[in-house]
Amino acid sequence: MNILIFVLLSLLKVAVVTVIFLMAVAYTVLLERKLVGRIQNRWGPSRVGPFGLLQPLADGLKLFLKEDLMPTAVFRPLFILAPIIALSCSLISIGVIPFGENIHWHGVDMFQIADVNVGLLVILGVTSIGVYGIALSGWSSNNKYSLLGSLRSTAQMISYELALGLSVIGVVLRAGSLRLRDIVNIQNTHGILSWNIFGGIQIVAFFIYLTAAFAETNRTPFDLPEAESELTAGYHTEYSSMKFAMFFMAEYANMITVGCVATLLFLGGWSSPFGNLLPAFGGVVVQALLPVFWFVAKVFCFLFLYVWVRGTLPRFRYDQLMGFGWKFLLPIAIVNVMATSLVLAFHG
Amino acid sequence: MNLAIFILFGLLCLGGALNLLLQRHPINSALSLIVVMSSLSVLYLLLGAEFLAVAQIIVYSGAIMVLFVFVIMLLNAGEEERTHGSRAAYLAGVPGVLALFTVLASTFFTLRTSFGNARLGAFVATTSDLSRVLFRNLLLPFEVTSILILVAILGAVVLARKEH
Amino acid sequence: MAVPMVCYLVLSAALFSIGIFAFLIKRNIITIFMSIELMLNGVNLAFVAFANHWHQVSGQIFVFFVMVVAAAEAAVGLAIIISLFRSRNTLNVDQINLMKL
Repeated sequence: MNILIFVLLSLLKVAVVTVIFLMAVAYTVLLERKLVGRIQNRWGPSRVGPFGLLQPLADGLKLFLKEDLMPTAVFRPLFILAPIIALSCSLISIGVIPFGENIHWHGVDMFQIADVNVGLLVILGVTSIGVYGIALSGWSSNNKYSLLGSLRSTAQMISYELALGLSVIGVVLRAGSLRLRDIVNIQNTHGILSWNIFGGIQIVAFFIYLTAAFAETNRTPFDLPEAESELTAGYHTEYSSMKFAMFFMAEYANMITVGCVATLLFLGGWSSPFGNLLPAFGGVVVQALLPVFWFVAKVFCFLFLYVWVRGTLPRFRYDQLMGFGWKFLLPIAIVNVMATSLVLAFHG
Repeated sequence: MNLAIFILFGLLCLGGALNLLLQRHPINSALSLIVVMSSLSVLYLLLGAEFLAVAQIIVYSGAIMVLFVFVIMLLNAGEEERTHGSRAAYLAGVPGVLALFTVLASTFFTLRTSFGNARLGAFVATTSDLSRVLFRNLLLPFEVTSILILVAILGAVVLARKEH
Repeated sequence: MAVPMVCYLVLSAALFSIGIFAFLIKRNIITIFMSIELMLNGVNLAFVAFANHWHQVSGQIFVFFVMVVAAAEAAVGLAIIISLFRSRNTLNVDQINLMKL
């Protein structure tokens, strides 16, 4: 009987998290359209529902009902497989992300799907598998723009993965663990001062992570794989209807995952920025949900930053992008790893 | 449960390896190799090697195979041509491979009682266990591999550079 | 239900043999290179299985080193394939049989 309750609760947890995550993806699109609208001095979507709040539903319905085109010259199995790989890889990583205190109910961890010892590496691994979605879509489309876009994207993601991986090493060294809960737990002692970005002096690592993550998720200023002025739409030129929607959702889901990881690694996870200054209030339920609120608020700020950068910065040229990654970010990341380990060796 | 997972991913592994052999197009072979490597990582998890399971995904599926797919895309490799190949390879190689497999499998099979069973969770090597051995007892080999990688990077750059 | 260790070892032997077989009969140089990776993977599985059997970490360390060497090998090997393709315009090993053009 116990095992039945456990399985049922776990399934329920997975379902709830997935639904919330997909809703978050839909509303991130709306957030982006609204914010970019304001940045460019216009309104953004405002017709569907109050303040345009139902726009994601309308968008989803439209994409779902569109004709599903299958170009004649494509390599069919991979053409269909590619968006599935892209979307599933971006959805898997949420499975190891904790978003609240370690609270168990009937033996089920309430605020995390799976507590993995090597959680951080799992996220990096799943992200690195996600490259295939983009690489294969470009190759199987049999279209020169798609191929160019996906070649660019693959090269870019491989290059920036190195800087991304090196930037988180400083954090791992401080925590001495790859488990995401342990990494957050060393940051929630003195509020904002003990977050890795300030207290852990990982501010350089944070900016390396930020830049590399922008490149990993193919967002402006590194959105060369889909640079519309030169490559029509890059790797998803030939895609339409739900297959296009899958790529679209994958991109935004990746943004949210990156936001979650940045929050966990550098911004103290679910810990409150005020530390113990804020007196405990409310009952057990409020105390359990308050960390989730802080977590969501931090991820929201990160997404806001994403959109802000997109609305502000122009696109890099391709050689600038590669030079920046290999000649600037990578050396700085290595120096950061060395400095952090020296400081930890002599002071920690 | 343990056995079911092993059978599922073991079959996936074998199927992927056979598919690599049977497919004519290199990209299909590359994708079946990715299937093999990813299911091997699940088997590593069953054997209690959690760090290696993830390293397998990151290094093999996520880096090495991406390079392969990238090169196949870059060179626009088409279907494999059917040429006769080396006769010696067929005459000596095919029976040799079969003999090798029979010898290995029968050896393992006769020793099966002394190998015993792999129980889930009987042996779990954590990342710190692994790094303790790697960075204390085997520090010199570890440093030597870093030089190897440096040489490999330089070699790759020199080889793939366009000549002017 | 526990898995007999011999299953892992036979699986690893099978992967290794399929790797050799593919190495012998495949004619595309990239696929041949991939079958080497398959052989390495088969051996890795045996290493991890024995690490589990003897409760020793060193088997896993071996796999770690094999991965590092495989990464270096892939980088150099693919660079060689690219430069071969540039000069011969083919990936078929039967046509790459001259030491010098």
